[in-house]
Amino acid sequence: MRPDLFHALQAKRASRRRSIDQWFRRLGLFLTLTTLGILGILLLNLAMNGLARIDWNFLSSFPSRRAGEAGVLSAWVGTLLLMMVTAGAAIPFGLAAGIYLEEYAPKNRWTDFVEINIANLAGVPSILYGLMALGLFVYQFQFGQSVLAGGLALACLVLPIVIVATREALRTIPSSIREAAFALGATRWQAVWHHLLPYSTGGIATGVILAMSRAIGESAPLITIGALTFIAFLPPAPWVDHVPFVSFDWLFSPFTALPIQMFNWVSRPGEEFQANAAAAGLILMVITLSMNAAAILLRRRAQRNITW
Amino acid sequence: MSVAPEIAGRDESEASASDTKALPKVQIHGLNFFYGTNQVLRSVTMDVPALKVTALIGPSGCGKTTLLRCMNRMHDLYLGNRYEGSIVVQPDGTDILDASVDPIQVRMRFGMVFQKPNPFPKSIYENVAYGLRLQGMNRRKELDEKVEKALREAALWEEVKSRLHQMAHNLSGGQQQRLCIARAIATDPDVVLFDEPTSALDPIATSKIEELIVELKKRVTVMIVTHNLQQAGRISDMTAFMYLGELIEFGDTNRMFTNPAKPQTEDYISGRFG
Repeated sequence: MRPDLFHALQAKRASRRRSIDQWFRRLGLFLTLTTLGILGILLLNLAMNGLARIDWNFLSSFPSRRAGEAGVLSAWVGTLLLMMVTAGAAIPFGLAAGIYLEEYAPKNRWTDFVEINIANLAGVPSILYGLMALGLFVYQFQFGQSVLAGGLALACLVLPIVIVATREALRTIPSSIREAAFALGATRWQAVWHHLLPYSTGGIATGVILAMSRAIGESAPLITIGALTFIAFLPPAPWVDHVPFVSFDWLFSPFTALPIQMFNWVSRPGEEFQANAAAAGLILMVITLSMNAAAILLRRRAQRNITW
Repeated sequence: MSVAPEIAGRDESEASASDTKALPKVQIHGLNFFYGTNQVLRSVTMDVPALKVTALIGPSGCGKTTLLRCMNRMHDLYLGNRYEGSIVVQPDGTDILDASVDPIQVRMRFGMVFQKPNPFPKSIYENVAYGLRLQGMNRRKELDEKVEKALREAALWEEVKSRLHQMAHNLSGGQQQRLCIARAIATDPDVVLFDEPTSALDPIATSKIEELIVELKKRVTVMIVTHNLQQAGRISDMTAFMYLGELIEFGDTNRMFTNPAKPQTEDYISGRFG
């Protein structure tokens, strides 16, 4: 082939390759913006329908048959209490399991098996956790359809997230740090407590917040264990005016939560209830987004402060 | 490679002094070590003299780092490792490989400095104080004194005394390694183990560390693994040459470098392999 012809062909091929490259750039940009756009429209839609409903009355009123007077007091208090139970159960269990698997457990076929199954647990549909909780916590342990049973159901759901986050945070610490501690005579527990946990707090906290933001929006497991959709009272307060001044009766109280309240309003006829649902959805969305933002900030800070 | 000039530069009287039999600090006898079924050390027997620098040299994979890490039972941290033989520490005569001996107690008697500087992401002060805290020292005044003493001995005090509570990672690589040395000697160990302590450092930082090691032997026994033959020649009193998990030759550094007894030692030292 003549050299000039060869070069012409090369140039033509190159321009074709470049145009494919350009096309993909445009397609990728389009799809990314579409995804973001859908989220934006959703938020905007919720805000347009619900923002007008959000005021002090909405936050401090119980649900009502009259949409205009209904509020989310029992729902947000229920969500708050649920999250306390969930965090109280998922954090210690998840941390302990993560630390054990990463720092103590021998690496063999048995631990590989456990590891794979923890990854699998993260993918189990949430309603199955609800069924498990119904059988185990509600009936077997006689917790009833209570805050405790609901919080524990959610804790089971997010436990794998906490375990995986803990392990990943620990894994980013180089083994030279562990050896430095051991060489000075630290036990494994001292290495964990003095070094590994403090250096991985940022990563673990990020994982915990993400787990909580997953739990806060869940409705299926709560409905399965029988959370009520219409509750016009608050669980008993956790403090009392006589010794020992704290009370755990609230753990055994029936409850509702924001996603359930929202589900209840959505399924009712009438414009006004739809507005209530949108307002509850907006509150939930804002909580979730700010939790995720906190997680991102924490991760940034943790990465900046520690170098190896 | 030639190491002769440095050897020749040594003071004759010093050389003859190190020829005299020093008291052994650590007596390694018939030491076999296995990673699973893979035998890495084969009946190593040697007496490490007290208050001297003993260098372990040999080609990669010869077992010199493995031997060093037997001394503070670091291998116990990983599964499937097995020791045979004995490592007796004087003057008390404890066999640190004995089943009744707690590896944590062993590690408190043997300080270790690693290949790459590995300070904790804490303050300079807390890095040095950590070993002391592990041994139960809590009184501020006592800690302050010990930390200052260790930093002085590591020739770092003047550089860091005004910023003891800053993060250790703000120090340069060489300073970090001297900090790790201060951390290792703060608890007054019997022996300090150095695992190629200068391999990640520039020549100036390296020579500071070398001076420091020579200074250290006044009060502590030193064992050092090194890839750098000149370094072994410069700073060690005794040299052990290892090959394929066996101790080929062990003796006075001057004698080893000028007149090795075994042909393998001569081949390695003269740069014919390794």
